[in-house]
Amino acid sequence: MLGTMAAGMLRTCGIFALTLLGSLPLGMVIALLRKSRFTVVRGIIRGYISIMRGTPLMLQLLVWYFGPFYLFGWSIRGWRFPALIIGFVLNYAAYFAEIYRGGIESMPVGQYEAAEVLGYSKTQTFMRIILPQVIKRIMPSVTNEVITLVKDTSLAFTLAYQEVFSLAKQISASQTSFMPFVIAGVFYFIANYVVAYAMELIEKKLDYYK
Amino acid sequence: MIIEMKNIRKQFGDLEVLKDISFGVDSGEVVSIIGPSGSGKSTLLRCATFLETIDGGEILYMGQHAAHTDASGKAVYVHHRELQKFRSYCGLVFQQFNLFPHYSVLKNLIDAPVEVQHRSKEEAEETAMELLRKMGIADKADAYPYQLSGGQQQRVAIARALAMKPEILFFDEPTSALDPELTGEVLKVIRQLAEEKMTMVVVTHEMPFAKAVSNRVIFMAGGVIVEQGTPEAVFDNPKEERTKQFLRVFER
Repeated sequence: MLGTMAAGMLRTCGIFALTLLGSLPLGMVIALLRKSRFTVVRGIIRGYISIMRGTPLMLQLLVWYFGPFYLFGWSIRGWRFPALIIGFVLNYAAYFAEIYRGGIESMPVGQYEAAEVLGYSKTQTFMRIILPQVIKRIMPSVTNEVITLVKDTSLAFTLAYQEVFSLAKQISASQTSFMPFVIAGVFYFIANYVVAYAMELIEKKLDYYK
Repeated sequence: MIIEMKNIRKQFGDLEVLKDISFGVDSGEVVSIIGPSGSGKSTLLRCATFLETIDGGEILYMGQHAAHTDASGKAVYVHHRELQKFRSYCGLVFQQFNLFPHYSVLKNLIDAPVEVQHRSKEEAEETAMELLRKMGIADKADAYPYQLSGGQQQRVAIARALAMKPEILFFDEPTSALDPELTGEVLKVIRQLAEEKMTMVVVTHEMPFAKAVSNRVIFMAGGVIVEQGTPEAVFDNPKEERTKQFLRVFER
């Protein structure tokens, strides 16, 4: 039982890592597009964000997985894991984008003006002056989101992906045992403990200025 | 002349902030701009340093046009690549300092020289340390802005502007955000720069300072230059009623 569940934990970690890897940078791209000078682009991004936030992630995962079959009649063999990651990344990117946007908009205009007078280009201003300060400001909100993600990985059970939560349910049913749930619970708790600790370290590292 | 601004017009919506203002500053000159709030002093500085775009008129640095007015009466700026050159001619010290909080004092002073002007790090550091010594805060090179008093922060901001080696330095009410006991140390530094013949334009409410340090005083009100002249002429023998009225407030 433990061996099977350990494999499930590994898959859970896989979803978690790939989602962060994809959604953290994608969120920044979306946040910047959200402030594009083209109305059409802004409109599309707004629509995307409101759909991602306005519908259940569980439903989104089902759409990504079964959509190709129902819409185009395509075979969905081997599509389970890609659909899962696409669903998670696009959903979390929308949340991260809004966190980034809040951080960027909270920057005092004086920082931009000081940089402009000193001759920094727009890219230099963003990369050297704005972004480092934004990252510090948004750390608490990002921590919240990352902790939610650890728990949200369990939604992969809707696509019958064999991560730790799906396995716990299966094993519990077949062996009529409560133990798998306890193991899964301890696993999630420890995972989040590690995440919280790591984020706290990063925040401390950024504590050298105010 | 270092800078020449001719017939500058600037509107915010329906509000005319600058109405046909012309002024120039010669090398080594120290000009103070005084006037009631909302008179357009800060906007004038922001136009001179390219933070705001003018609606009409001409801006010249070192005799070269950065902006001119075309046949239709609209202001046209040079291409933004070329504008960078004009930006390097001028520095601006803000009321709120606007230091970069995530950079140490030294990094605040060397980042733009290295990244924007592509000067060597060694040379930039040398220049920066010399400036910090001059400002009396060489021991703060490794400190972060939040660890400094307002007066020290403003002196860092002045040093940061000077580190770019500008031809002219603009000050936008440099002591207005400071506690009264801290204004002295900042004014002292500006006075010292004046003695070294640094070309400067200072928007200020510190009348005794303006009188002591400037070669020329400009009184602005309602978006126009009402009166200008030597400090003695403007402060002791103002000709315009509007000027007299304004100065009376400060005598009390």
